[in-house]
Amino acid sequence: MPTDAATPAPRRRRVGVVGVLGELLLTAGALVLLLLGWQLWWNDAITGAQQSAAASDLSSDWLEQARIDGDRGRAATDAATGAVDADGEPSIGTAAPSYGEAFAVMYVPRFGGESQRTIAEGTGLDVLNRVDLGVGHYEGTQMPGAVGNFAIAAHRSAYGGGMHEIEQLRLGDGIFIQTADAWYTYRFRDLEYVPPDTVGVLAPVPHHPELTPTDRIITLTSCNPLYSTAERIIAYGVLESWSPTSEGPPEEIAAAVSEWGR
Amino acid sequence: MSVYAALWRILPGPVWFRVILVLAILTGVIFVLFTWVFPWVDGIVNPIDVTVEQ
Repeated sequence: MPTDAATPAPRRRRVGVVGVLGELLLTAGALVLLLLGWQLWWNDAITGAQQSAAASDLSSDWLEQARIDGDRGRAATDAATGAVDADGEPSIGTAAPSYGEAFAVMYVPRFGGESQRTIAEGTGLDVLNRVDLGVGHYEGTQMPGAVGNFAIAAHRSAYGGGMHEIEQLRLGDGIFIQTADAWYTYRFRDLEYVPPDTVGVLAPVPHHPELTPTDRIITLTSCNPLYSTAERIIAYGVLESWSPTSEGPPEEIAAAVSEWGR
Repeated sequence: MSVYAALWRILPGPVWFRVILVLAILTGVIFVLFTWVFPWVDGIVNPIDVTVEQ
C-alpha cells in the first residue's frame, strides 16, 4: 500500500548542502569505526580460526607421515631424513625453505587452546597476513633446533594475532616448534621492548653479532604496545629438548595436540 | 531534510516494515563492506608492521 503517495509530507524542505555534508561526515566516521572493528575483531577472529585450523592440518599430516615412515622401519627413515644424528644433535632439516613455504608449526600453551600457527619462510605481510600461515621466519636466521637464533614474527592484534598473548609469557613456559622431522621444546626466558629498527635481536647471539653462538635460542617478535606499532616486543627462549616427530608430540602438549582438528 | 530522511520517505510500507527494511539494507551494506571493501582498503592504507628491520 503506497501510503506515502496518499499522504504527502506536509512540509518538504530543500536538501541542504550543510545537512548533506554533515551526513556524509557522520557516515565516514561510522565507516572508519566499522573498518577498525573489522580489522581488530572480525577479521582477526576469522583469520585466527583459519590459521589455527591450517596449522592443525599440517601438524597431523606430519604426524601421519611419521607414522607411515615408522611402519616402514625407523632406521630407514632416520637414514633418509637425518632425523637422528649419531651424536644426538637435533635435526635442523636439509634445505632452507623458499620464501612463503610452510616448514614448521608453533604452539605455545600460554597463548591459549587454539593458538597453533604455521611458520613459513619470510616476514613480509604476504606471509604474516595469510589465512593459512600467520608466523614468519626471519630469512637468514637459523632453523629450529640449530645453534644460534631461530627468529620469528607474528601479528599481535590483527590478522589472527599469532602472538596476541606474548606479554603474558612466564619464565619456563614451553614454546613448541614442530617440523616434518622433529619437535623442539624451547623454554621462555625473558622479554625485551625495543624500537622497531633493533635488528640486533635477530643476531645468533642477540645484540652481539660479533660473537659466535653456542646456545640454541628462539626469538619471537611482535608489535608493542597492543594495537600500536610504535615499539617491538621481543620474547627469548632456549632449546630444552627435541624428539623425532615419529615419537609423537611432547608429553606436555600431547593432550592438546590430539584435540587439534577435531 | 537530508539524504537519510529522503531515504526513509522513499521506503514503502508502514513504520515497522520500514524498520525491517532499513535493518536488512544495513546488514547487506555491512556484509559487502566486510567481505570485499575492507579487505581491499586494508591492503592499501593500513599495513601493520610487526617485524624488526632497518
